[in-house]
Amino acid sequence: MVFDQLSDRLQATLSEVRSRGKLSEGDVDAAMREIRLALLEADVNFKVVKTFTKTLKERCLGAEVLESLDPGQQVVKIVNEELTGLMGGAGRDLAFASNGPTVILMAGLQGSGKTTACAKLARHLGESGKDVALAACDVYRPAAVDQLVTVGERAGAHVYEQGTDADPVEIAAWALDRARTEERDVLIVDTAGRLHIDEDLMDELTKVRKRTRPHDVLLVVDAMTGQDAVGVAESFAEAAEFDGVVMTKLDGDARGGAALSVKAVTGKPILFASTGEKLEAFERFHPDRMASRILGMGDMLSLIEKAEQQVDERQAEDLQKKLEDDRFTLEDFRQQMRQVRKMGPLSGLIGMLPGMGAMKQLKGADVDEGELDRVEAIILSMTPLERANPAIVKGSRRKRIAAGSGTKVQQVNQLIKQFDQMRKMMRQMMSGKAPDPQQLAQMAGGAPRPKYRRR
Amino acid sequence: MPLTAPPAGRRRSKQLSPVHRITNVSTSWQEIFDLGARETASSGVEPESETQRRGVLRRLRESLSKSRQALVEEISASLFDRIDEEAWERLEEALIMADAGAPTTAEVVERLEREVESGSVSPDGEAVRERLIEILAEVSSNGRGPIDLSGEPAVLLMVGVNGTGKTTTIGKIAWHLSREFGLSVVLAAGDTYRAAAAEQLGEWAERAGAELIRSAPGGDPGAVAFDAIAAARARGADVVIVDTAGRLHTQGNLMDELAKVRRVIAKQMPDAPHETLISIDATTGQNGLRQAQIFSEAAEVNGVVLTKLDGTAKGGIVLAIANELGIPVKLIGTGESLEDLHPFDPEDFARALLAE
Repeated sequence: MVFDQLSDRLQATLSEVRSRGKLSEGDVDAAMREIRLALLEADVNFKVVKTFTKTLKERCLGAEVLESLDPGQQVVKIVNEELTGLMGGAGRDLAFASNGPTVILMAGLQGSGKTTACAKLARHLGESGKDVALAACDVYRPAAVDQLVTVGERAGAHVYEQGTDADPVEIAAWALDRARTEERDVLIVDTAGRLHIDEDLMDELTKVRKRTRPHDVLLVVDAMTGQDAVGVAESFAEAAEFDGVVMTKLDGDARGGAALSVKAVTGKPILFASTGEKLEAFERFHPDRMASRILGMGDMLSLIEKAEQQVDERQAEDLQKKLEDDRFTLEDFRQQMRQVRKMGPLSGLIGMLPGMGAMKQLKGADVDEGELDRVEAIILSMTPLERANPAIVKGSRRKRIAAGSGTKVQQVNQLIKQFDQMRKMMRQMMSGKAPDPQQLAQMAGGAPRPKYRRR
Repeated sequence: MPLTAPPAGRRRSKQLSPVHRITNVSTSWQEIFDLGARETASSGVEPESETQRRGVLRRLRESLSKSRQALVEEISASLFDRIDEEAWERLEEALIMADAGAPTTAEVVERLEREVESGSVSPDGEAVRERLIEILAEVSSNGRGPIDLSGEPAVLLMVGVNGTGKTTTIGKIAWHLSREFGLSVVLAAGDTYRAAAAEQLGEWAERAGAELIRSAPGGDPGAVAFDAIAAARARGADVVIVDTAGRLHTQGNLMDELAKVRRVIAKQMPDAPHETLISIDATTGQNGLRQAQIFSEAAEVNGVVLTKLDGTAKGGIVLAIANELGIPVKLIGTGESLEDLHPFDPEDFARALLAE
């Protein structure tokens, strides 16, 4: 899952910081060095890292930290705040038209995922009842129009196209007229992938923008982009004046540094995250939640939102209450797991659970669904009492459960242990504290600390 | 603040490959493709002449100009003034900005530094820069070898993450094989998942003068490969190029599917696929290394096609891929037209990055 590596490294560094009690300048320095390296290896732009660590260091060497009673916790708080700021603050909505169709223009490099993103956005907006049209303005890429027609229709949108012989600017203008006449709520304009240094195509993009006067211009960026992300973003900012970014292919294990760099350099926030090839794998991007996720503090809000899509409101409220009152049982867990598996690829959701990032059993870019089948089998082999109160599961009970589920006693032990730790963490989360990164590291069997040779 | 060296566990104390002979001749199409026993019919076009190749080199330099400008400025500033701590730091910065990654950057810089300190390279800007080019060329030629098209028919499998340029590259390769060597090519539309993928490949087949074999959408990719090889045999075609759906290396089930496609091909033709190439987008950061590694585990990758080099990205990730995985770059893509494909030449690459 994206940000996993950065997440591990930052958590390890911060756990070290937290374990020290009072912090000396040397301690802060050491932590800053490690954070710098972690960010660089996460593909965050070199210059962005320089500025970021400078600001971070200044704050961490200030009274705020050094005179605090819990300097380690202060550092975590500061890193969280700065990281959130780096990615765009509190998150932002699309701008919608007060009358007539809202026009959204999509731009980006070749292969960034624009066409798929257009369809996903169309579906996303369609979910809230909007009537969406798509304009096929990529006349260069072979079969691009066909692709948009296919995925657009799948997304439940109307696709306006004129084949590949017309001029993209004219197609866009024609599509806008049509969207007005047909009284569509939204018109999403797909454009051809283009290099930011291609003057002709960047001119064309500017022309399309001027003709359609979009309410939102979105730059589509591949999450695995390296140092080049900044240059691309800056050029597109100039020519297309984009308002926000759609980050794609976030379901990979790219370190995601591009995401962190773009906002820092252009001031434009990441608005949406595309997390898979299916049309449903698309969500609003919340910088504060992502920062939280990276630091292992989970993203309960997003998780609950997703859950709400699957379960009805009452069930979601029940779940919330159970977590708050610490009445969450293994049976609840099993039910949730079922719901969760219906929500989509687990690898995407795991990061949303506090502390889950560190749970080795569920970790890894590709969650082993077979493993989850085993977990479910173990729980099903427990009596309702055992599921409600795993503390009573000892000795012969464990043997019986293992036999009944076709697993080993070790696996039963492991599930119970990790469930306990998870509950402890949820308790902390619910009482408003960030979970102890050290505890997280322990749960994962000890996150390895990277060793560096200093120059 | 200088870049610290990579974690001890990851760093290898491997020897970089022996001195790469700097020649004045770029890699030719004849060198990059191994056609086996085949007598290639002249298609009326002479293989690239020396003049043409130099023209290509000039165009290549021009298309890489933006990236090289930036790197040259960094390099000039660091190497032409003084050879000191700051210079090494700036070189590190330049290589990191080129996406070379921390471990490979550290190795290259440390090696050059050692050579200057030991006196084997004289401490003047020009000499150091030339030596840097040599080292970069050496690193990027680790594992170097031609594309094996000696099979009859030769089967080439294209793999890679979504959006990296597989399909476009296949079109370009087909066109060059036909143009340079007069070979007949069959394209297999093995991407049965993506909307209009077969249509996209179909258009390239038309442009390149190749035949297309496809199935209905949602069909089995292995079956398409099978049909394509059978068709090639029946018609006596020279090369089969199999397109596959873009997939993230983190999707275990899709990597399994890829391995399955290979097995289907191997069952039909024991040594096939004879060559498996992974397309890597030049804008990709450190994840490119991961991609190459995981795809290699599932599909025995023989080489890299580095695409979209016409942008500003420097594609330095291939240094890391060659250095740490021993997987060489064999082709580079420099645009969206059929002609925009070139054999990878390590020295050209390093020099184009640094040249005035």
